[in-house]
Amino acid sequence: MTIQDAGRGRRRPGTAAVYAAPGMRERLQTWLPKLVLSPSFAAILIFVYGFILFTGYLSLTPSRLLPNLELEGFDNYVTLWGLPNWWTAITNLAIFGSLYIIICTVIGLGLAILLDQKIRGEGVLRPIFLYPMALSFIVTGTAWKWFLDPGIGIEHVVQTWGWESFEFGWIKDRDMAIYTVVIAAVWQSSGFVMAMFLAGLRGIDNEIIKAAQIDGASNFRLYRKIILPQLRPAFLSAFVVLAHLAIKSYDLVVALTNGGPGRATELPATFMYSYTFSRNQMGVGAASAVIMLIMIASVIVPYIYAEVRGGRDVR
Amino acid sequence: MSASSPDSAIRLNRGVRALIYAVLIFFAVYYLLPLLIMLVNSLKPLDEITGGNMIALPQEWTIEPWLAAWSTAQIGVQPTGLAPYFINSIVMVVPAVLISTVLGALNGYVLTKWKFPGHSIVFGMMLLACFIPFQIVLIPMARILGLIGLAGTVPGLVLVHVVYGLGFTTLFFRNYYNAFPTELVKAAQIDGAGFFRIFFKILLPSSGPIIVVTVIWQFTNVWNDFLFGASFADADSQPMTVALNNLVSSSTGERPYNVHFAGAVIAALPTLIVYIVSGRYFVRGLMAGAVKG
Repeated sequence: MTIQDAGRGRRRPGTAAVYAAPGMRERLQTWLPKLVLSPSFAAILIFVYGFILFTGYLSLTPSRLLPNLELEGFDNYVTLWGLPNWWTAITNLAIFGSLYIIICTVIGLGLAILLDQKIRGEGVLRPIFLYPMALSFIVTGTAWKWFLDPGIGIEHVVQTWGWESFEFGWIKDRDMAIYTVVIAAVWQSSGFVMAMFLAGLRGIDNEIIKAAQIDGASNFRLYRKIILPQLRPAFLSAFVVLAHLAIKSYDLVVALTNGGPGRATELPATFMYSYTFSRNQMGVGAASAVIMLIMIASVIVPYIYAEVRGGRDVR
Repeated sequence: MSASSPDSAIRLNRGVRALIYAVLIFFAVYYLLPLLIMLVNSLKPLDEITGGNMIALPQEWTIEPWLAAWSTAQIGVQPTGLAPYFINSIVMVVPAVLISTVLGALNGYVLTKWKFPGHSIVFGMMLLACFIPFQIVLIPMARILGLIGLAGTVPGLVLVHVVYGLGFTTLFFRNYYNAFPTELVKAAQIDGAGFFRIFFKILLPSSGPIIVVTVIWQFTNVWNDFLFGASFADADSQPMTVALNNLVSSSTGERPYNVHFAGAVIAALPTLIVYIVSGRYFVRGLMAGAVKG
């Protein structure tokens, strides 16, 4: 706030008497805010909520290449849950999502705790840990696709160093390819998780820590008993953000493996895209989109609800 | 937050401290190495990658791969290089960022200083819109863009990015203006200032930081988007990310890895530059979008 602003605030009591009678101008003033907000709200209402309803409706119709508005009930959902490809996508999401969340949290929390020890050069290290988040997943995917490629990447490099029998061909291996998605995704997001935990750590009152030290608590006990419990909100935020990113993952898989080898790295997002736009199974595609929405909502809605309620309690 | 000191009160001995530095530097290398490898390999002749070592520095430095990626590489069926798509991305990003930021600022202003019955429901609906998986809107969006004649065009992509960016821009400005003293607005109202006058004279002059945060957030998101570009653009209006993916997956025969790496660096460069120039604001945006979201 500038000094000028503060001056305006102080002038208020003197001018309060000059209050004009309601007229055309005042009525416009009461309308104007809503008028300004309404295009955005209308856009959200149509393009978000209207479209959700439309896709939800489509998932109950026998739409294939084009939308077909005749209702047929839950057939698409039955079809969907009977498809081996969908089960592959769901299983992959479970593997990818849990490893991605756990590894990012461990690396992020670890780095945040280490960075929080009065580190010289923190100002240099922090931006280095975080910059991958500024990159497109397509760039990350392209880069890691070639790093993990046995022909020119890590395997090739280690072999030219003299370890001839070294093999690292996960990206071409149906059983291991999903873990390469984890590797690339962790590289991109773990620094961001570090930033969330670091913000949490910086928010903890040093007095509590000092008091515990005077009581003779070891550093390990200090973290386990006092600091980590206070990071609960940071853990929750990290979980919500990572879970939501995992469910939405699309670009990275497209660039890294394009769902392959075969369909080994299929995720719900790639499934939805290929069934809707290449396989002309729009109804099934819409049903899979609805399932994705339900998954995200079950993570996000309780979180936002708690945040909004929490905010109200404070005020 | 401002009251807490930036360093913790933990005491450590020298050995532990050295170990901490070692781990931190190890991770710094882990995060930096991929970018360095991309860069180094984009400046090498192809045979040094296929026959040599990815981590080694070039024996013969060359900018050929960059020139090829920019202007002659095969993208899909056309040997146009990435240049036209880079321009598509710029033409798409600039209006999308400007429009969504202006609307977000006005929305945040209304939702905090001109509250009306139901304002929290409106905000809640806009907030939830930030997190939907975009797969749920792809099918109807494709239909609507077709109906209004914007399918496969850059303006169509601008519309899509504005609509789905609104939730976040509104959230940013709403949270920022929420902390702005309402008394100042009331006082100006009593002075006879109207809706727009108050916005331009009182709120906007102190909105610098949040405008930077929002612009960077939107720029990064729109530039890096792939899903909408892949779904709604045709060959002439594809953004950079889609073109890069086509470049990498469309080459047949011996893959020009050096050109791919050069293309990846070109695609990453705009957001990287923004990050290097104003990383602090980028992080603030991420945190505002995540922690308060």
